[in-house]
Amino acid sequence: MSDFVSGDFLVEFIALICLATGWYIYRGEKGSWAIAVLLAAATAVTWFGAGKDGIHTLGVIVVLMSVAIMVCHALRWLLVRLAPLSFAQTFRSAPLTALFGFLVIGACLLMVIFAPYMAPFSESEVVSAAYAPADSTYWLGTDQLGRDMFSRIVFGGRHSILLSLTATVVAFSLGMFAGLFAAIRGGIIDQLLGRLADVFMSVPALILALLLLSILGTNLAVLVGVVAAIYVPRIFRLTRSVAFGVVVTDFVEASRVRGEGDWYIIRREILPNTAAPLIAEFGLEFCYVFLLIAGLSFLGLGIQPPMADWGSMVRENAVLISFGEITPLIPAMAIALLTVGVNFIVDWMLKITAGLKDNS
Amino acid sequence: METGAKRLLEIEGLRIEAVAGDAVSEIVKGIDLDLNRGEVLGLIGESGAGKSTIGLAAMGFSRAGTRISGGRILFDGQDLRAASDAQLRALRGARIAYVAQSAAASFNPAHTIIDQHVEAPVLHGYQSRAAAQDDGIKLYAKLRLPEPNVIGFRYPHQLSGGQLQRAMTAMAMACRPDLIIFDEPTTALDVTTQVEVLSAIRDVVEQFRTAAIYITHDLAVVAQMADRIKVLLKGEEVEEAPTKQMLAHPKESYTKKLWAVRSYKRPEKSRASDTTQPELSIRGLEAGYRHGPKVLHDVSFDLHRGMTVAVVGESGSGKSTTARVIMGLLPAARGEIRLRGETLPPDFRARSKDQLRRIQMIYQSAETALNPRMRVSEIIGRPAQFYRNLKGRALRNRVEELLSLIELEPAKFYDRVPSELSGGQKQRVGIARALAADPDIVICDEVTSALDQLVAEGILRLLDRLQSEIGLTYMFVTHDLATVRAIADEVVVMQRGRVVDSGRKSEIFAPPHHPYTAQLLASEPQMDPHWLDAHKKIQDLQVTRACPPAL
Repeated sequence: MSDFVSGDFLVEFIALICLATGWYIYRGEKGSWAIAVLLAAATAVTWFGAGKDGIHTLGVIVVLMSVAIMVCHALRWLLVRLAPLSFAQTFRSAPLTALFGFLVIGACLLMVIFAPYMAPFSESEVVSAAYAPADSTYWLGTDQLGRDMFSRIVFGGRHSILLSLTATVVAFSLGMFAGLFAAIRGGIIDQLLGRLADVFMSVPALILALLLLSILGTNLAVLVGVVAAIYVPRIFRLTRSVAFGVVVTDFVEASRVRGEGDWYIIRREILPNTAAPLIAEFGLEFCYVFLLIAGLSFLGLGIQPPMADWGSMVRENAVLISFGEITPLIPAMAIALLTVGVNFIVDWMLKITAGLKDNS
Repeated sequence: METGAKRLLEIEGLRIEAVAGDAVSEIVKGIDLDLNRGEVLGLIGESGAGKSTIGLAAMGFSRAGTRISGGRILFDGQDLRAASDAQLRALRGARIAYVAQSAAASFNPAHTIIDQHVEAPVLHGYQSRAAAQDDGIKLYAKLRLPEPNVIGFRYPHQLSGGQLQRAMTAMAMACRPDLIIFDEPTTALDVTTQVEVLSAIRDVVEQFRTAAIYITHDLAVVAQMADRIKVLLKGEEVEEAPTKQMLAHPKESYTKKLWAVRSYKRPEKSRASDTTQPELSIRGLEAGYRHGPKVLHDVSFDLHRGMTVAVVGESGSGKSTTARVIMGLLPAARGEIRLRGETLPPDFRARSKDQLRRIQMIYQSAETALNPRMRVSEIIGRPAQFYRNLKGRALRNRVEELLSLIELEPAKFYDRVPSELSGGQKQRVGIARALAADPDIVICDEVTSALDQLVAEGILRLLDRLQSEIGLTYMFVTHDLATVRAIADEVVVMQRGRVVDSGRKSEIFAPPHHPYTAQLLASEPQMDPHWLDAHKKIQDLQVTRACPPAL
């Protein structure tokens, strides 16, 4: 790889920096000057600290970042033009980070849906020697048994994402309706549900999960149930507090005096007015659930082999870290990327809900 | 004197823009304004006229999201637009002070009143802490706050709204500023309190020869306070003249219309006959909140078909509670509510769908009474669907019919959400929602008090028209006597949870009055600029009569 860093590369790199910043400035984003100065400073520091190799790494990072920024810009441009009029304005004011989040999630969705077509091999097939390095057949090398890493990332993503999504949806439907019901009824029902949630929350999440999984065994349904059960109380409490703010308003009172049932009031009056914070919370909880499942898989209690999943892939390849290989970091990075992506969108949604003007 | 000729405040061609994203809209469009020392200028106009924005601009301040885009603001010869932040800070609080509409929201609840009072004088180096405290106590006495020696050492929540407003005026006076901007200081207060605050403010302003800009939408109030009046409409000046001239001979049609609002008065209707069964009859109602004392004591009155009964009283008199008890939201502890002779269960949950349908309510704040996530069609359509089982085409027709009834174009408003409506339109939708249930009785809880006068008049006329067309019975809860005069047939006066006076409007408004009714009537500001003086004389006379000076 070092032959890539020829004498000409430095010139190319500087040209690239100029291109990226120049384009960024042209777009009229504030703070682009700071980015130019930062990049120049980073180049100098890397040059003195790490020499040509350092510059190469920095070059790769900058190229990736510029590409990401350009793609995000292009995506925003596309969304603004494609979206119906009411959403176009929202997208126009969306920060690039949010679009990066969309990009990551979009890529993950494609992976979930088209996994069998995208992956060159099956997830459990041994196709080569163990720990083979990356080449044109095995794009990311192979794992400890000689299975193709790329295919396992694709299938692992499918399992991890689908599982966390199911668990989050289950947790949300239970927690949300319990919360809304407690808010609208109040009194003894509110107290009962609230104390039940307290009991669940008093046991540390991971310990509770380990306990339940050891007792009930580790099949997928149990896993979803256990993870959902851990998150239900948190969602319950959030929904209840948000809904309390809406329950006391005049329009809810008006529909109560009209004689409406609880279901109508929950569905038409309260839910639409609590949707925004709940959607934001959904994104956030999805990340937590995802990390918890990855963590459980890492401990061997989550998704069982030979099914691939990002958490257990980190564990299986962990030994490679001592040899200076980045293979175990690839699934870890996939987890990090998805979490960051979802959180970018959540931040953006929270900003919209809070009605804050974007000053950056 | 050389500086005497110079104006205290001169504003020329002031332009202010509101900036939201890329959209810029001008909210103040070239206003000229000048003010001499010791003069009081009244700024009036409906909401959105730019009154408060101009008031703040007089301090060189613009709210977040707005910017001063043109014109000059000269305060005592100093250009405030060119002044640095440090220079402005030196002026604000020391030479220019501001009294906000809601004193309750403007005081820091974690500090005592006097701690907040001494802040400005100490900060500006005007007085030492001790001197400022002594001065504060004197100002409290001047503003006729009870127990001036100790009241400052209380926390904001221990004072009433009127007291807080006076404490805030005292705070504004702390550095003896040259100019005070009063931004609707009495709007949130009820009539009897308003009079006290108004006369206190006026005395202090006169005594210290402070110039003031008095912002309000209430003509009668501005007539008492201002030497000159400037009328604003949508960021532009309509006209300006000395108070007396303005009241007697308004030039512009908009001003004339504003003046005429108060004269709207519907002829009083009388009952078909005294023997007919009342539509709604309440007897001996007693109610209270959990753990609290009783707020209603033995409240009884009747609503007769096609009549409007106004329930008046100051805040805390129990008038809104009575409405809630009738609705069943606060179950009565004792007493009876009869709807055409049929006794209603105290709790609304125990009432039948039909009983619920027959009594509908219109809320004070249309802001919070309409679900912001629903379209107008669903807000109005739901009661019709719920009670009358209308569906599809029939439902749509009914909603469109109701929209035309409240004078909103069906095609334009059918699909709107509340945020796309003005305050008056929201209140109209609130009315339509009540009408959609085909009610017999409509309880109107302060329906006009959050609206501008012209808009409020429109609502009152609409309610009156609906009454004659559909034959509705209204119970009108209000603290505004002008509203009572305009629309009521019968009046019930409440004080501290009891009915103190009741009868036909003509009887209530004509002497002899019950003492509390007399006090209420006397407190209602009149357009006559000398009314406040006259009112004060009477009050003083009553005080001296009540406690004759010791010999």
